[in-house]
Amino acid sequence: MKYLKTLMASALAVVVSAPVALAEWQPRKPVEFIIMAGTGGGADQIARLLQGLIEQKGLSSRPFIPINKPGGSGAEALRYMQDKAGDDHTVMMTLNSFYTTPIIQEDLGVDVTQFTPIGLMAMDTFLLWVHTDREDITDLDSYVAAVKGAGLDWKVGGTGSGQEDSVLTAMMEAAFDYEVTYIPFPGGGTVAKNLIGKQIDSTVNNPSEQLAFYEAGDSKPLVQFTGERMAAFPDVPTARELGVDIEYYMQRSVNGPPGMSAEAVEFYTNLFQTLFDSAEWQDFCVSDGLTCDGMLNGADLASFHASQVEAHKKLIAQVGAGAITGE
Amino acid sequence: MLDIATLLGAGLLQAFEPLNLMMIFIGCLAGLFIGAMPGLGSVNGVAILLPVTFLVPPTAAIIFLAALYYGAMYGGAVSSITLGIPGASTAVATVFDGRPMAQQGKADQALTAAAVASFIGGTISVVLFTLFAPPLAVFALKFGPQEEFALMVLAFATFIGLGGDDIPKTIFSILLGLVMAAVGFDIISGQPRLIFFDFVELQRGIGFLVLAIGIYGIGEMLWTLENSKGEVKIHAVRSTWKSFKKNLSHIREYLPTTALGSALGFFVGTLPAAGATPASLMSYGLAKTFAKDPDSFGKGNVSGVAAPEAANNAASTGSMLPMITLGIPGSPTTAILLGGMIIWGLRPGPLLFTDRPDFVWGLIGSMYVANFVTVALNLALIPLFVRVLAMPFTILTPIIFILCFVGVFATTDRMFDVWLMLLLGLGGYLMRKLNYPVAPAVLAIVLGPLAERSLRQSLISSRGDVMTFFERPISLTCMLLALALMIYPIWLGMRRRRAGSASGTE
Amino acid sequence: MSTRSAELLMTVGLLLLSLGLMWTVLADDLHIGWVEGRGPGAGVWPFWLSAGMALASLWTLVRWFRGATPESRNKSPYIDSQSFGLVLISFVALTVMLLLVHVVGTYIATALFLGFYMRFIGKHSWRTTASTCIGMVILIYFLFEWQLTKYLPKGTKMFEDGFLWIDNFRWQYLM
Repeated sequence: MKYLKTLMASALAVVVSAPVALAEWQPRKPVEFIIMAGTGGGADQIARLLQGLIEQKGLSSRPFIPINKPGGSGAEALRYMQDKAGDDHTVMMTLNSFYTTPIIQEDLGVDVTQFTPIGLMAMDTFLLWVHTDREDITDLDSYVAAVKGAGLDWKVGGTGSGQEDSVLTAMMEAAFDYEVTYIPFPGGGTVAKNLIGKQIDSTVNNPSEQLAFYEAGDSKPLVQFTGERMAAFPDVPTARELGVDIEYYMQRSVNGPPGMSAEAVEFYTNLFQTLFDSAEWQDFCVSDGLTCDGMLNGADLASFHASQVEAHKKLIAQVGAGAITGE
Repeated sequence: MLDIATLLGAGLLQAFEPLNLMMIFIGCLAGLFIGAMPGLGSVNGVAILLPVTFLVPPTAAIIFLAALYYGAMYGGAVSSITLGIPGASTAVATVFDGRPMAQQGKADQALTAAAVASFIGGTISVVLFTLFAPPLAVFALKFGPQEEFALMVLAFATFIGLGGDDIPKTIFSILLGLVMAAVGFDIISGQPRLIFFDFVELQRGIGFLVLAIGIYGIGEMLWTLENSKGEVKIHAVRSTWKSFKKNLSHIREYLPTTALGSALGFFVGTLPAAGATPASLMSYGLAKTFAKDPDSFGKGNVSGVAAPEAANNAASTGSMLPMITLGIPGSPTTAILLGGMIIWGLRPGPLLFTDRPDFVWGLIGSMYVANFVTVALNLALIPLFVRVLAMPFTILTPIIFILCFVGVFATTDRMFDVWLMLLLGLGGYLMRKLNYPVAPAVLAIVLGPLAERSLRQSLISSRGDVMTFFERPISLTCMLLALALMIYPIWLGMRRRRAGSASGTE
Repeated sequence: MSTRSAELLMTVGLLLLSLGLMWTVLADDLHIGWVEGRGPGAGVWPFWLSAGMALASLWTLVRWFRGATPESRNKSPYIDSQSFGLVLISFVALTVMLLLVHVVGTYIATALFLGFYMRFIGKHSWRTTASTCIGMVILIYFLFEWQLTKYLPKGTKMFEDGFLWIDNFRWQYLM
């Protein structure tokens, strides 16, 4: 809808900032922006925001086309990227299933450390939430007591076996020595709604999914699974402060297929650096409770991925793949 | 009450601001054409045009996307009726009677009915939205997996009688659809299921659109080619002012089903996870069950076009409700709208109504206006749409095939699904020739995943206790209604038979 | 083939399909029973519904032997001989078009398909055929590629480069 865009732009007389100095390599055709999750989720929102910013700021000579490949917790997307080896016109928005899916589905034949790292856009965080009406639960200790009292009647909602929050739930079960009933729902938004509707007792949600209910006073966070307290939740203790060794993040990084040419990597790295530094992105980070301290790229991001893969391997071995897949 | 009137007035004024009005107009028009393409529906339209909206203020942006959403809902009916291919999952039920009507030379009447019913559905639901948004949001929260499953049972109950006359073949078709729905990744256990020949592509599952376009686009087209022996006669329609007035005069025939469909559509639309597709299917099933002449459905009954269209438009408005009040998308399209709102810096949720009344009421006001704009545009374009039918079949057939291919590719971005569509289309054609009804399979693949997931979620949460469906009031009500709906046709049949034998005619 | 034998063949085929589905579920090691405290396992839905499909097929088979379905009494050809050629040629042409998409890309493949169908089946004049083909290609390009920014399949590298060369004019002069 190009003419439409022109129309809109002129109707508002939007002054588009002058294009930033362009690198030498430029895409020759539209860039496939693969999202390893479905439409409407966190990764999808971020990818579409970035795409919009790229167009608005005129950062690329060809548009970025977001394409969702949600099949099999990202397995479909990973395999697609693997098959695109050497392609300079495909990049992917990833989440933690980038690490877990190849570990759980061994026969997928994908080694993510071979992928071309471009930029780590943000780290998403996890908090433990309960409904505000649970007045008996005020901190982690009373929570653990309540869960132990309820046993398997305690229902934890999540976004599906093998997803990040199920990993975290399994870690908590191991740390506190209790067992809960884990109910998978499609998407973090639905989980949040079921917590407010009291269909489930607790959940580990990202801040963005609970923020609206938290502000309305319907839900309360008990613990944050971060290294330090986040600015958005200054009164909520971290698990470490309480002596529980759980720290877990969701990475949101952009990666290319294996064997991308050096010129293309430079172009995409500069492009995402520009986006990362933009006021729009930093505002989004603040409002969505994301941690965006600095963009890791190149070798730094590669070693970050490598250490994350190792950490997830250990984690899955520790809690058992069965605990994650639910059978 | 007075509050609502004042706020709504302000909202309407806002909708009439030049920029917003222009957004409504462009959005409706773009949506109409995107929806009229086989395969492309509101989801694609909204997803693709979302980045465009970063250039305008949030209110204008959401108005644009909401108008696009409506336009696409109207547009879906156009391809269902003229080409016989559902433009989107929401317009499947419109094919059942819209296609026969077009073949009988009544395409303009079907299109008029679709437009008018959509308008009525949209308007009724926007009024309900205005009056009852906050209490309905509270109600939607009470909807857990148990209620969702009961609703699915209710939906299946409305389809009794939708199948053909051959019982084992109808059963086969339903089960096939349900099994196809299970292909892919099971979210409950995280295990891949039914991945044939280790195609990693199948982990995404068999998309509803792939099946629907395969069966209706490829399968039906082959069937038509064979039955007409190459002399495809789709009656061309001449649309004049006189025929237009005549078509409008038919409204009385389908007004009751339209009203029922609108209310039902709105209600089902407001429930998170349900959305417009089940709503339109349920509305069609109910219209048929309670019609005086149920046998004429599927053969070109105008109520069969009006009922699903009223419901899907009503549901599209309804699904905005959980999105705005709870931040939960009621349909895939609203999921993307929701993403858009977050990007614009608005956080949908319980506080949005109080924090940003200008935004919420501007949107509501624009819904009223968008409904008028789309119905007017749609009625004005009917002569253009029916022209498609005047094309000789040797041009129309290959064009439909091409649109099926491009439509499926544009929706799923992979050739794998295009080949799957071809395969399913061929299978559907061969089965249909042996009197296997295809509609039940299409319905089952939509509802299958919802039904299985909610069933298992409920049982996990009740720790395997089946009574959980009958202990919760809303779920119990749905179950009882479903039971009544299943018994009703049998009871009706028995009464007819008794009446028949009493009068001694048979 | 008569409709009668076609129904037998189809029913047996569908029975085998159902059994194959059941076997796939078992081969994948999915849980097909009730899991205590969790309700049905991952394999219950596909396994038992496939079993239902198999039963429905058996039922149809019984009806076939009894001659209860109209098709089992119908000795006329399964596919009408007069139009068999037309159906076959349409389907084959469509399949060839999709194969060609992988080689020469969307635009050339659709134009060839449309041209073939109009010229050799429809016997339209060359002029009508050519203008419809060009019109269709332009329509697809304009609507999908341009307005909806979809990147349709372009075939092999050579054809993709050819397309990009033409597409370049849009970016250089029209945007």
